[in-house]
Amino acid sequence: MSASLSFRQRGTRLLALREASIVVVALLLFGYFSVVNGNFLTGPNLQTLSQFVAPSAIIACGEIMLLICGEIDLSVGQVFALAPFIMAFTDKAGLGLFVGFVFAMIVSALIGLINGAVTVLLRVPSFVTTLGTLFLINGFTLTVSRGFPINTPGGQTVANIFGAAGYNEFLWAILIVAIMHMVLRHRRWGLHTIAVGGNLTGATEAGINAARIKIGNFMLTSVLGGITGILEAFRIGSTDPLAGGTNIMFLAVAAGVIGGTSLAGGSGTIIGGLIGAIVLGVLQDGFTLQGINAFTFDMIIGAAILIAMIANIHVGRFNRGGRQ
Amino acid sequence: MSAVTGNEALRATDITKNFGSISALSGISLHVNKGEVLGILGDNGAGKSTLMKIITGFHKPTSGQLFIGGEAVSLASVDHARALGIECVYQDLALVNTLPIYHNMFLNRELRTRFGMLDHRAMRKRAAAALEDIGVNVPSVDDEVAMLSGGQRQAIAIARAVYTDAKILLLDEPLAAMGAREAGLIIDLIQRQRAKGDISIIMIMHNYAQTLEIADRVMMMQRGTVTFEGAAKDTSVEALLEIVRREYRAMRSR
Repeated sequence: MSASLSFRQRGTRLLALREASIVVVALLLFGYFSVVNGNFLTGPNLQTLSQFVAPSAIIACGEIMLLICGEIDLSVGQVFALAPFIMAFTDKAGLGLFVGFVFAMIVSALIGLINGAVTVLLRVPSFVTTLGTLFLINGFTLTVSRGFPINTPGGQTVANIFGAAGYNEFLWAILIVAIMHMVLRHRRWGLHTIAVGGNLTGATEAGINAARIKIGNFMLTSVLGGITGILEAFRIGSTDPLAGGTNIMFLAVAAGVIGGTSLAGGSGTIIGGLIGAIVLGVLQDGFTLQGINAFTFDMIIGAAILIAMIANIHVGRFNRGGRQ
Repeated sequence: MSAVTGNEALRATDITKNFGSISALSGISLHVNKGEVLGILGDNGAGKSTLMKIITGFHKPTSGQLFIGGEAVSLASVDHARALGIECVYQDLALVNTLPIYHNMFLNRELRTRFGMLDHRAMRKRAAAALEDIGVNVPSVDDEVAMLSGGQRQAIAIARAVYTDAKILLLDEPLAAMGAREAGLIIDLIQRQRAKGDISIIMIMHNYAQTLEIADRVMMMQRGTVTFEGAAKDTSVEALLEIVRREYRAMRSR
């Protein structure tokens, strides 16, 4: 086969291109805002930027795993809001911050378990399942908090470690991204997640337990949502029942999609999600510095998602030699 | 019908299968020897798929007995059948389009390093070696399966089954929707496996000429029963078609 080598090279090159192109977009945006606004490349602004990027990058790791195996979690932003309350209330009950954190993680994982079990075992599409739990959790958080924010427990040192100081929150995000990248590319869990999303029947015929993979990824996403909510509660110093919400969830999904994860399942990249989150962060931060208002920003995000999706689908089709 | 037990890979006797009041199989018997290729022909609804699913452990027969290597077995599950060396290549091939060939070759049987990390290098190397050994040409084991032709995909699926030490290989329409050149590649692949002598192949087919070309023995199924069984070299497409015509006439006059 004479075309064999070029076939392969074209495939890998295009795949690399897809991730590289979003890096180029990120760099161009960085360059643009550095030139047009002298405040962009300053320490304080970069720190603000890193704090904006971190939450969506962490949650994107979960959403990307779910998107790859053919699901989505709309409720993760509400877990984000609930988890720090669980921690604060446990602490207030005298069990301490650490037990509070562990308890918050358990509750987050349980919510993921419910999302996964209803979706997989009761065969409700995850879009609908998590739309339901979105409202349930939101109502629950508003009820237990009586709708008012409280001060996040713990001293300044704890708060600093968990993201209040400098780039700490971003470092947590990088650590989680690194772990999740490893899980996706170098562990059976990641490979089976791709297999389940790429060919559910085939993966099942090969003996892969698709229910376990999907439910596990729902639990993972919820836990990451809970962790992010707690990091943000420490950083801001206040635990707010209206924090997170659909805004952070859609940002995370958008980060994943802009980074090259297919909404159709079967393929995606964690690193791409981080870069997608950075692109969204730079856009938000840059336009804020430029004095462009939030309404305009939403239009820009919308356009960015559309362009990314169109590119994703068509680059993907070309990559597959016209099939699919 | 007494075969030499030492040479017999699989035997099924008087298999029946009812789904509620519908009888899908009414008393099917078949056997396949080591190194033999058995072609099963039949119309839609003849019960071929049901028979296949009984051999792979997916369905339990309503009555009848399966023997593997002369020993009576009752297959509890697909995994149980697999553990006994029965592998099936389904029509959908169970390949994941978005994964490279070498990941597909090792799907759910991944090689790992000490720390439980995927051993990509070893899987790449072994997949390439296994494909070369079996005589399947692919540009690179790094290619996504989506980039391959229908014939290459079928070859990968068969190679995967063979690589797992299948003793009895079931192929569901292995030449379906394939051009002559591609079909030729798969026919060669099947014949090379037969030549090894330790693997038995049962193929579900619908093309009479191709079946007679590849199979040692042919079995015709109609409405849940066996209407013909014999050596491929002793029959012809015309003779097989005559059996079908006779059955149709009998059915319509009923």
